[in-house]
Amino acid sequence: MYGLAVVGVVVGLLARPVMAGEAEPSEVVVSVDTLWVLLGAFLVFFMQAGFGMVEAGFIRAKNACNILTKNFMDYCTASIVFFLVGYAFMFGPGNGFIGMGGFAMSNAHNPSGVPIWAFWLFQAAFCGAAATIVAGAMAERMKFGAYLAYTAVISAVVYPIIGHWVWGGGWLAEMGFVDFAGSTVVHATGGWSAFIGAVLLGSRVGKFNGDGMAKAIAGHSIPLASLGVFILWFGWFGFNCASSLSVGDGELIALVAANTNLAAAAGAISAMLTVWMLFGKPDLSMTMNGALAGLVAITAPCAFVDPWAAIVIGAIGGVIVVFGVRLLDKIGVDDPVGAIPVHGMNGIWGTIATGLFASRDLLLNEMVSHGLLLGVGTGQLLVQSIGAVSGAGFSVLAMGLVFLTIKKTIGLRVSKEDELRGLDIGEHGLEAYAGFQVFSNI
Amino acid sequence: MKLIIAYIQPEKLNDVKQSLYAAEVFRLSVTNAMGCGQQKGYQETYRGVDIEVNLLKKVRIEIAVNDDFVTPTIDAIINGARTGNIGDGKIFVLPLEQCFRIRTGDTGPQAVG
Repeated sequence: MYGLAVVGVVVGLLARPVMAGEAEPSEVVVSVDTLWVLLGAFLVFFMQAGFGMVEAGFIRAKNACNILTKNFMDYCTASIVFFLVGYAFMFGPGNGFIGMGGFAMSNAHNPSGVPIWAFWLFQAAFCGAAATIVAGAMAERMKFGAYLAYTAVISAVVYPIIGHWVWGGGWLAEMGFVDFAGSTVVHATGGWSAFIGAVLLGSRVGKFNGDGMAKAIAGHSIPLASLGVFILWFGWFGFNCASSLSVGDGELIALVAANTNLAAAAGAISAMLTVWMLFGKPDLSMTMNGALAGLVAITAPCAFVDPWAAIVIGAIGGVIVVFGVRLLDKIGVDDPVGAIPVHGMNGIWGTIATGLFASRDLLLNEMVSHGLLLGVGTGQLLVQSIGAVSGAGFSVLAMGLVFLTIKKTIGLRVSKEDELRGLDIGEHGLEAYAGFQVFSNI
Repeated sequence: MKLIIAYIQPEKLNDVKQSLYAAEVFRLSVTNAMGCGQQKGYQETYRGVDIEVNLLKKVRIEIAVNDDFVTPTIDAIINGARTGNIGDGKIFVLPLEQCFRIRTGDTGPQAVG
């Protein structure tokens, strides 16, 4: 409804000659675009609530306060750190690897057509989203102080560097690599950081028995998790659509919205069918992970593919997430919420899918050559693959170093006693469910 | 026949269970409980103000055993639950008058198993 009012104002202003003291049509466009980018920033911010609910729902009640504190603080930390140094590394003028200008936002470079603070807030929200992905994979046994240290580093350095490569004019951008809203920059970065973190942290007590067989450690609130997934889906409309940074004639953002929705739905359905066939019952937690997988997978290609392709991309993402979870169990990596299959594996899939399904008609500029399945040559596919592998690889290496450093200094993991008693008590002295008997099997 | 009731720290449940399994004791039931003893407990705060925590969370295990299993069971529980700190818990042994298996109608020591 707000949008209709804005459109009405724009149309009204454009329909008659501009008089002295009134805004020029071009100024109105900037105003509308600013509104759009801010709306997107607010939606992406709200995804933090989604992440929080999903993570809390998929872990045990005795650790709920801890995961929510981590989720809360990583957004706060990202906000400040991205202001101080992150934006400068990501968008500052520099070389192909890193930006180097505009620290503490003084004389900061603004590559968008909207006021810098709108652009900054939008980008800061993205930074917060990437940072919080890791919390889920390392939940239920990671020290809170260690988490704070990690989140400062990823928001300050690792995420901005990868972002610089793709959106800050870095080497991947110059190669013609495209990632509309961040399958690589946000999700693969977060997902593969989560992977190396979970590997270095070790699995939860009781997750794998002596033979290496995985045991299920059930989450305590499927309702919370499902609320979280819907919030994430909702916020993703801002995540993807507002990455256009302008409303334009509305065609592009409308297409992106439709693609986003279709991929999520397709991912959910394909995950549900896969898990139904493999395990005999339609599992809601996996189905919801499938929706998230579809969303992650469409994040890079959403502006470049036709809706039918969005459905295919999302559906494949849903299958990937089911097999990804099983693969992690097989190799002995404990990921309580499925962050690695959802964000890491599908971040790579979404990036590569852009090369497979991109349609020339929908491309924003001539830098990108035709996607493999729709025409000639493998050029774009190769570029996408290089970008995906580089992003994931750099995340693993850089964050591996960070986690190892933390491990050797303040320690990554809580004591076994604290882990069994619940991190709420040991780390925070505050129970998420005070007055409830939450204790169960493990 | 005896009924053994043990109150232990919740985080020791898994160790106690493994210890019981090793002693060939597989039939047990577990309930959540709150209790107090000598334990001063842990510090808890709510928005900066200390909460007095009198009744602490415990886990209560009930095991019905035949007389020859009494000592192994008690030893297993102590093995699994002892940490040397206040709050390790207590074990009570009660005489068990009769026992029935619902499915088959067995009674007595055979029903205890």
